[in-house]
Amino acid sequence: MTDATANDISDRSEATRGRRDIGIKRRYAAERRFKAYGMIAIGLGIAFLFILLWSVVSKGYTAFWQTEIRVPITFSEEVIGTAEEGAANQSKLMMANYPQLARDGLIQLLEIDPENSEAVSAANGLVSQGVRMELRDMVLNDLQVIGTTEDVWLYASSDLDSALKGSYDLSVEESRRPISDLQLEFIERLEEMGALEQNFNWGLFTFGASSRAETAGVGVAIIGSAYMMLIVLALALPIGVAASIYLEEFAPKNRFTDLIEVNINNLAAVPSIVFGILGLAVFINWFGLPRSAALVGGLVLTLMTLPTIIIATRAALRAVPPSIRWAALGLGASKTQTVFQHVLPLAAPGILTGTIIGLAQALGETAPLLLIGMVAFVADYPETPLDAATALPVQIYMWANEAERAFQERTSGAIMILLGFLALMNLTAIFLRRRFERRW
Amino acid sequence: MSTSIIILIVLLVGAVGGYAAYQRGRQLRIERGMRPHSRPIYHASYVLSWAWVPSLLLLGTWLIASPILNEIQIRNAFPEDAVAEAGLTDDLAYGIVESIGVGLRSLPEDERDQIDEDTPIEDALPLFRQYGVAIASASQDWMLPLAIESNIWSTVSRWAMTIVVVLFAAGGAFYGYRNIRTRLRARNKVEKVVNVTLIVASSIAIMTTVGIVFSMLFESADFFSRVSAWEFFFGTTWEPRFSAAGSGGETGQFGLIPLLAGTLYIGAVAMAVAVPIGLFAAIYMAEYADNRTRSVAKPLLEVLAGIPTIVYGFFALVTVGPFFRDLSAQISGLLTGNYSAFIQAQSVLTAGCVMGIMLIPFVSSLSDDIITSVPRSLRDGSLGLGATRSETVKRVILPAALPGIVSALLLTASRAIGETMIVVLAAGVAANLTINPFEAMTTITVKIVQQLTGDLEFTSPQTLVAFALGITLFVITLCLNVYALYIVRKYKEQYE
Repeated sequence: MTDATANDISDRSEATRGRRDIGIKRRYAAERRFKAYGMIAIGLGIAFLFILLWSVVSKGYTAFWQTEIRVPITFSEEVIGTAEEGAANQSKLMMANYPQLARDGLIQLLEIDPENSEAVSAANGLVSQGVRMELRDMVLNDLQVIGTTEDVWLYASSDLDSALKGSYDLSVEESRRPISDLQLEFIERLEEMGALEQNFNWGLFTFGASSRAETAGVGVAIIGSAYMMLIVLALALPIGVAASIYLEEFAPKNRFTDLIEVNINNLAAVPSIVFGILGLAVFINWFGLPRSAALVGGLVLTLMTLPTIIIATRAALRAVPPSIRWAALGLGASKTQTVFQHVLPLAAPGILTGTIIGLAQALGETAPLLLIGMVAFVADYPETPLDAATALPVQIYMWANEAERAFQERTSGAIMILLGFLALMNLTAIFLRRRFERRW
Repeated sequence: MSTSIIILIVLLVGAVGGYAAYQRGRQLRIERGMRPHSRPIYHASYVLSWAWVPSLLLLGTWLIASPILNEIQIRNAFPEDAVAEAGLTDDLAYGIVESIGVGLRSLPEDERDQIDEDTPIEDALPLFRQYGVAIASASQDWMLPLAIESNIWSTVSRWAMTIVVVLFAAGGAFYGYRNIRTRLRARNKVEKVVNVTLIVASSIAIMTTVGIVFSMLFESADFFSRVSAWEFFFGTTWEPRFSAAGSGGETGQFGLIPLLAGTLYIGAVAMAVAVPIGLFAAIYMAEYADNRTRSVAKPLLEVLAGIPTIVYGFFALVTVGPFFRDLSAQISGLLTGNYSAFIQAQSVLTAGCVMGIMLIPFVSSLSDDIITSVPRSLRDGSLGLGATRSETVKRVILPAALPGIVSALLLTASRAIGETMIVVLAAGVAANLTINPFEAMTTITVKIVQQLTGDLEFTSPQTLVAFALGITLFVITLCLNVYALYIVRKYKEQYE
């Protein structure tokens, strides 16, 4: 009896298993495929990230080095004028033919015949046009230098710089590359003499806009961005926190507050370029603020960052447990006292994190700044937020439009600097969250 | 005196008043031997608000009103017919008067004294030029006295403002201080001020929206008075520069269609890249991945969202564009033996793909949130009935999460449409109307940037069209956002 039942069961299960097996194989295959799609998707996403970063870094890391040539410069009185003349007449010093000094120095260094104009111009193409400023500043700083001979490290031209960094294919025929055979010979000779060196490119961090790659830097743009970040911080943080406190703690539930809420959610999703149009029409056209000013940029970015800060602050306020409020109210604190003396301090880490993330967003924003005239050739440091300024991402945009190889390298370098700042800000935010976040 | 110094004085007056009030509040307790209603810090804040709020409000009003009043006065003082005689409009004439005023102010004092109301304008112009102020040649003799008058007005107004504002601050502080007594309900009053401040701060969001809408509405209305709305919305040619050369007609060709087509096409390519990758990544992370994979993969994907769009634009310009071009050259070389690229470096494909990469984290993190918020019970029920995980996802979770996912996709699409820097660098500026994804097309945002950088003239349709484009873009994205938020709200209620 029992045997029969057992046989029955095993028979049936055998039969059913036989029938099901076909389905299960197919279904498991589908399952594996589905899972693989997911893994491929994640892999692709991460691969894209690394390709992007690699493409920037591989193009840009060389921008942090700059080739320099050591040239013996004779500050000849024939070219500059005597020190006494210079002291009396600054403009003569400013206008003197400094590139000639560099040329003469190179001729002497490479032992070229000064009559051989081809060789002279080839040698001259090795140093940057920026020598005019470099040597002028030396002379203006110290008039005693006139009449003496000194070894000076001069910036190499961007062509020489790119050639040394291997951006040009030097095996192609001479007419198809920007560096001639004669120049290659000079370069070799300079290297043998130890007069060619690659040094850390401080200029990238200190210079302003320039039409020459070797004297172009992001210094001015960083200052402009810093002004804007300060303005955003000074305006968006208090306004955003005040707005969130009202909406979260005080606001009665009515049409008006509903309207504000819908508004804030919408503003967070409005394309950034629309904020640029707003800034152009309102701040520049109506209020008459100057174009290209860091102040206007800061105001526009403030309006853009507000929704981010408000949303983060409200979340932080909501995370403070109601028991804290009840305790304070129960001990006789007023509503305002409760919020400002008890809830707000507890929400502060969350608010800070949100603010930093909002600032990081604002730092990378380009489109609205283009519209308010920050696409400007600004070579001098802005002294006040009302002076013409430019911003780091806008500088990247302007360089990206330059065709020269050396500028492409600098663009990638500038992007690395920008990404470095962003990474720093986001890591700070993560650190703050880890360190101070409280879970109730 | 400059505005910032006035503000500084007001702040200082308030601070001094506040300090005095603080001391007074402490003294009250000692003198009367009973506790005042409010603590000293509230007395201080009370005086502070009396000193700061009225005077700063007055300062703001004055700064806005004074130039307007000045302008009205000067315009009324224009001699009749003289403006028309000189072939000017009122606005132009006022502009010249203003710049003469600027010129006068930039002169050194001894030279300014030589110019009085009877000086002929020809004598004054070289002086201005010498100090770097160029003035239109259409300037007239009668403008000089007006400019002088205008300068006097603004100087007097500034001094009056300084005095009145500082008096207000001091008066406010004094009034507040006089009011301090044990029974003064300082805390309640201060809290009222705080409350009003909070309301003002939260209405800034509304003011921003109103500002966006009105600033664009006014300028677009101006544009549509020059170019018909029909021509703008249904025109198929975009050639705004054409008329600027003065080819007779005022209007160029401002057809929205090619720009809109480019925007939607690039957006569609981007979505075609981002949606499958993002969605599958989200599903894998929500349903399959263990905690370790999740904690590595999720932040890595989110880094993609934190990279500024200008970086993506540069990536498209120097890496992806040339890559597609060379790839297509190789392919056509292999197929036909003719090594010419059929994909242009700036193309719909390039811009779309790179934008798609940028959008992956938006799709994945939005859908991840939605998928994980599907109730556990639905999942367990399906698994318990013997469905595999993928079947559960396909037949149970996705249908349940569909409204949320649709709204996530709508939000992503609105981002794709509003994206600027990638398309500026990678899509090209030629307003083509084509269905070939290998050619360059342009978008609404590119044209806004193009029309609004460089020299602006707020009277020419070439500039104003950007505002019409802006409001079109705003309306499209607004509709997408509002609809998406509406779906999310409805969906949330379903499971909460």
